[in-house]
Amino acid sequence: MIKYYRNQETAIMAGKPKLHYFNGRGRMECIRWLLAAAGVEFEEKFIEQPEDLDKLRNDGSLMFQQVPMVEIDGMKLVQTRAILNYIATKYNLYGKDMKERALIDMYSEGVEDLGEMIMHLPLCPPDQKDAKIAQIKERTTNRYFPAFEKVLKNHGQDYLVGNKLSKADIHLVELLYYVEELDPSLLANFPLLKGLKARVSSLPAVKKFLQPGSQRKPPMDEKNLEEAKRIFRIK
Amino acid sequence: MLGGTEGRRRRGRQRMRWLDGITDSMDFDEEFLETKEQLQKLQDGNHLLFQQVPMVEIDGMKLVQTRSILHYIADKHHLFGKDLKERTLIDMYVEGTLDLLELLIMHPFLKPDDQQKEVANMAQKAIIRYFPVFEKVLRGHGQRFLVGNQLSLADIILLQTILALEEKIPNILSAFPHLQEYTVKISNIPTIKKFLEPGSKKKPPPDDIYVRTVYNIFMP
Repeated sequence: MIKYYRNQETAIMAGKPKLHYFNGRGRMECIRWLLAAAGVEFEEKFIEQPEDLDKLRNDGSLMFQQVPMVEIDGMKLVQTRAILNYIATKYNLYGKDMKERALIDMYSEGVEDLGEMIMHLPLCPPDQKDAKIAQIKERTTNRYFPAFEKVLKNHGQDYLVGNKLSKADIHLVELLYYVEELDPSLLANFPLLKGLKARVSSLPAVKKFLQPGSQRKPPMDEKNLEEAKRIFRIK
Repeated sequence: MLGGTEGRRRRGRQRMRWLDGITDSMDFDEEFLETKEQLQKLQDGNHLLFQQVPMVEIDGMKLVQTRSILHYIADKHHLFGKDLKERTLIDMYVEGTLDLLELLIMHPFLKPDDQQKEVANMAQKAIIRYFPVFEKVLRGHGQRFLVGNQLSLADIILLQTILALEEKIPNILSAFPHLQEYTVKISNIPTIKKFLEPGSKKKPPPDDIYVRTVYNIFMP
């Protein structure tokens, strides 16, 4: 069943979103999470060589010559946020009105700011790494986690916005997993965040995504980093 | 809409100002940060969700995070297309343009030795990656605006970026006739024209005082 989704040549089910990226988390992982949480099956076409990326560029498939790119509903969407917003709107994960959308946007952007710091950690020069990790921990415990814990505390509801699952919850829970990978103790003083993590993780679609063998990608290791550098021609 | 919106920010992040300025029903007030103490006061008073500015007080909310503010204003003033597909196209164009605008925003804070090299980098990105996309879009549909034949957030962010780039590289549009015409046409929209005139709330190019102020306020 899993081979079905990974082998593009034999996949006969039409109409599924198709994700173009390298085989790693990077900027595509939040999109994988959102699709998975929405219960949407998707295919992946992995970029494995720099030439694969060149081909996508030369085909005119990448608006700004960059990935992620997601083929969905007859469009070739680029730019992570645009892709996320489209999926969220389509699957009712973007609130019920403008004001809810504004809150969801605010929370998502905060998650992205911290997530970006964590994502870039493997690229950090070794002599700066400890300082960077310290900064991430400081921001997590003094800035971001308190903000989200307070949101949940103030309204006492199960989800961040409008008493309903939204992209904000999914992005935040994904982040909580990454923070846990970095240092599990960071979540210790945030009971409501722990509650949200447990709640979202137990939703059937998310639970499935969290199991081994799903399309969720593991943390970046040395090999994965070298592959990414090679594909994207980063020195 | 009753009353104005209040934007609290240092002089740098111009994007909201642009958007507020051109929506004709939206006058806005500004409270400028000039000292670290003022920022501290906002943070201690729990006015800033993530302890950061920009922050815009609007419709009873204290909105932070540039994109969330931009989206809210755009939504409210019908600058986000007529349906999901148009909205998504606008989103893509805006996100691409913001990548370029971000280089301009960071530029004053680079080491002086790096600044000249970065101007070349910005020019290259603009000419090779971003402008061809928009030139093609305009040439393709022959309309006045990027999406759906009406003004959208995409046009405003692109115009702002073009004008800011032209300050550093005056002939940046020389290979893009449609973008040249587009820039003139959009600049002449009455609300935008007014915003581009001296005495408006549009902020001048960053100078040394600007850089020093930012360091004073935000450096730990």
